Amino acid sequence: MERLLAIIFIYILVDNFVLQRFLGICPFIGVSRKMETAIGMSMAVIFVMTMATLVTWILNTFVLVPYELEYLQIVTFILVIASLVQLVETALRKISPTLYQGLGIFLPLITTNCAIMGVALLAVREEFTFVEAVVFGIAASIGFSLALVIMAGIRERLEMAKIPEALQGSAITLITAGILSLAFLGFSGMLTL
Amino acid sequence: MQIAYAIIALGLIGLLFGLLLSIAARVFAVKTDPRVDAVKDILPGANCGACGYAGCVNFAAAVVKGEVAANACIPGGEETTRAIAEELGLEVTDSEPLIATVFCIGDNEHAADLFIYDGVEDCEVAGRFNGGFKACGYGCLGLGNCVRVCPFEAIEIGSHGLPIVDPDACTGCGLCVEACPRDLIQTLPRRSGQGHLVLCSSQDRGKTVSKACSVGCIGCRACVKECPQEAIEMDDKLAVIDIDKCDDCGRCVPVCPPGTIYPRTALPIMPGAIEQNKEKAEAVSSEKGT
Repeated sequence: MERLLAIIFIYILVDNFVLQRFLGICPFIGVSRKMETAIGMSMAVIFVMTMATLVTWILNTFVLVPYELEYLQIVTFILVIASLVQLVETALRKISPTLYQGLGIFLPLITTNCAIMGVALLAVREEFTFVEAVVFGIAASIGFSLALVIMAGIRERLEMAKIPEALQGSAITLITAGILSLAFLGFSGMLTL
Repeated sequence: MQIAYAIIALGLIGLLFGLLLSIAARVFAVKTDPRVDAVKDILPGANCGACGYAGCVNFAAAVVKGEVAANACIPGGEETTRAIAEELGLEVTDSEPLIATVFCIGDNEHAADLFIYDGVEDCEVAGRFNGGFKACGYGCLGLGNCVRVCPFEAIEIGSHGLPIVDPDACTGCGLCVEACPRDLIQTLPRRSGQGHLVLCSSQDRGKTVSKACSVGCIGCRACVKECPQEAIEMDDKLAVIDIDKCDDCGRCVPVCPPGTIYPRTALPIMPGAIEQNKEKAEAVSSEKGT
């Protein structure tokens, strides 16, 4: 139990996927312009990341390891995640059109996202147990969402601010992201597994 | 041998997921109207929202259902309407092409400022701060709310501090009309620039107007009396020209003391144009000896 709590704390704050491991930077910059889309994306990421860790862990433990095919991890995981997202999208469209309207456009965006891939690979590398891997997936995605929502909040305010012409657009966004990352550096080393 | 295992394993996993996906596609199939896609392809795809729907897809769905007329897509104009009508077998009702027109020429040279504003670049915010930084409480603040909302990049703020509408790029969608907190923009039928306009929106008394802005309508009624078509009427303290009645005789232009009346062919008002018009009007009126 203590270990699970540690995993949650570490991957939300200490080892934040976006701000400390620099994974999933493109949705972090791409969809953080508005709070509404940021929240939609966050929900989609939480959903897919948890599912992806779950499925890839099972596949890795029961197929790849017994047959000594670990070197196929990356290829298999890409395949699994892409199919999974596609599956979820098709199912969602039928089962819950409202949820599909909310998450629909974000789902294909994260199919080949490096953060999702990173979670799957790291869960294997850290030799987590099944429960730990799932908790790790949830924690990592919440960490991602936290970073995304903070960024969206800041960028919504930046819209109203006077920014020097040379820094407008992506320049100020990258500077903001850098400062945010530095702020999260304050958590580093607080807790290790 | 190793490579064979890899191929078999990946092939099997791939096959498994492929099967799963194709089954899912069958089980969770959602029937969509093919006409919605057809209409969506015809639409400009700007997702501007001028039709009142969230995006082009939603509009397409509404048109197919018959909730809305095919000509509601303003940016698409006549061509789009016709194409949609053809696709769905509807009758065509023509819609007139519109253009956004800014009813203020109080630029930074002719309209007085009350104070230097150094806050948020937003007309709504600036307007609420002490009634705006311009002496005229009705005039354009030039902070570009209309520019930001325009999906077609048809408006820019000129060096004179007023919006310039690009007549080629403007589709008359009316988003800027809603965005302007001072209601200075209207969409008017294009009609290749027929008609004259009083480019002012001030409802202040003449004295107050002339103190705040040297080109604002002072409500003197000179143009109302001059107009042979009776196309000009007073809306409280502001003269308004009905472009349907106006026959472009131009007699109102020189009689206007502040020089607020412009032929629509002179739009958009570029930096410097206001001074020229004022001089021209003054020259004509001094010739007449009035």
